[in-house]
Amino acid sequence: MNLSEKIYAYRRDNNRVGIRNYVVILPVDDISNAACEAVANNIKGTTALPHPYGRLQFGEDLDLHFRTMIGTGSNPNVAAVVVIGIEPGWTQKIVDGIATTGKPVQGFSIEKKGDIQTIADASKAAYGMVRYATGLQREPCDISELWVSTKCGESDTTSGFGSNPTVGNAFDKLYENNNTLLFGETSEITGGEHLVEARCANDAVAKKFMFMFNRYQDMIERFKTDDLSESQPTKGNIEGGLTTIEEKALGNIQKIGKKCRVDGVLDKAEMPTGKGLWFMDSSSAAGEMVTLCAASGYVAHLFPTGQGNIIGNPILPVIKICANPRTVRTMSEHVDVDVTGLLNRDINMDQAGDKLIDVMVKVANGQMTAAEILGHQEFILTRLYESA
Amino acid sequence: MIQFIVHDENDSVGVVTVEGLKTNNTVTGWVMDQDKLIDIKINQDIPIGHKLAIKKLNKDDTVIKYGVDIGRTIANIEVGDHLHVHNVKTKRW
Repeated sequence: MNLSEKIYAYRRDNNRVGIRNYVVILPVDDISNAACEAVANNIKGTTALPHPYGRLQFGEDLDLHFRTMIGTGSNPNVAAVVVIGIEPGWTQKIVDGIATTGKPVQGFSIEKKGDIQTIADASKAAYGMVRYATGLQREPCDISELWVSTKCGESDTTSGFGSNPTVGNAFDKLYENNNTLLFGETSEITGGEHLVEARCANDAVAKKFMFMFNRYQDMIERFKTDDLSESQPTKGNIEGGLTTIEEKALGNIQKIGKKCRVDGVLDKAEMPTGKGLWFMDSSSAAGEMVTLCAASGYVAHLFPTGQGNIIGNPILPVIKICANPRTVRTMSEHVDVDVTGLLNRDINMDQAGDKLIDVMVKVANGQMTAAEILGHQEFILTRLYESA
Repeated sequence: MIQFIVHDENDSVGVVTVEGLKTNNTVTGWVMDQDKLIDIKINQDIPIGHKLAIKKLNKDDTVIKYGVDIGRTIANIEVGDHLHVHNVKTKRW
């Protein structure tokens, strides 16, 4: 595998590299979804990102909402953004946040105008942005400029010795190549936290990791009513043969390979400040976690699955890796990289990792993933607590 | 033909990697870390992805996989038994 090959991608004004070129119509809040969807219907080549939140949130939960909105709009896979909110204050805050990237962004608020006028004004802006975005050319970029995240889903025992270590092998190679990498799923490290702690680059990083880990454990202890035996592991995990959270966690941790160090720790939807492998405190629910990866600025996502999680994301291409022959047989349209050969020793881990990087490079150059072709656009915001 | 995989020879369990294993089948496993093969006769039907015990375990013993603690037994388990949520529980939460 030659990681010094060039990829063809979009270099943005802030020098970040994107592999897709979306014009996003972003609602600040739930009640602006209808206007955003109307604009996306009027103007071809745009993508609305409807979601259920953004009203009466406060404190850390509101901060997370803004980080997620601004981060999503700022993602290098996005060329330009129309923001629509019910009132001008929070709308402008998101516009200003995205504008720091240098990309075109314009905000519209509905009060004192109504939906119809707002849709007309925002459609005109979106029209100009599609002209702009579709005029951009892909140009040669380094593979090392790709920010690559990972999270697994509907895991089973084949994830632990097949698809997850395949990602681990690719991560070891990308780490050495100076890429910016990310993993998370705080609750799914339970039972293996000491192994991640030992991989941290220094004491400060280890301390911050354990703080995030314990904070999540405290939350689970506070709200749990049983041993979580149908949520972690999930029904699907158990059907696939995973018995306990510890077993699931040890499989999960295979995704960070054998050589990568954990160079830094992020809170949800925070952006890394340097190269290397980052841990982000995050839910283990696929939609939430992948949405947070996109908001943190990641442009390609490696998603190993055992029983067949079908998730996608509206702006972040999700590449599925599977080692379970039954899943590959029954759900082939959801699988991008088949590594079932690992189970009968037809291929080794080094070959599996190369096969995955090969597919990732093709996707970076524009090939659509299974989830993109099938229209999976799960945009799922993480909430910390009730609205005021 | 490999029918199950073991991460490390000190583990308590292996994972079935083929469909259709039936009671009393003698099955061949690959121990990855030591790169060797072992044969075990299974005592129940075990679906693909599920675990079989490769060591005898008593109630309240610790189950080892990847060389690490993955939970405790809630029943006595014989070599070749199907090992899952009916006889193993988490030590967390």
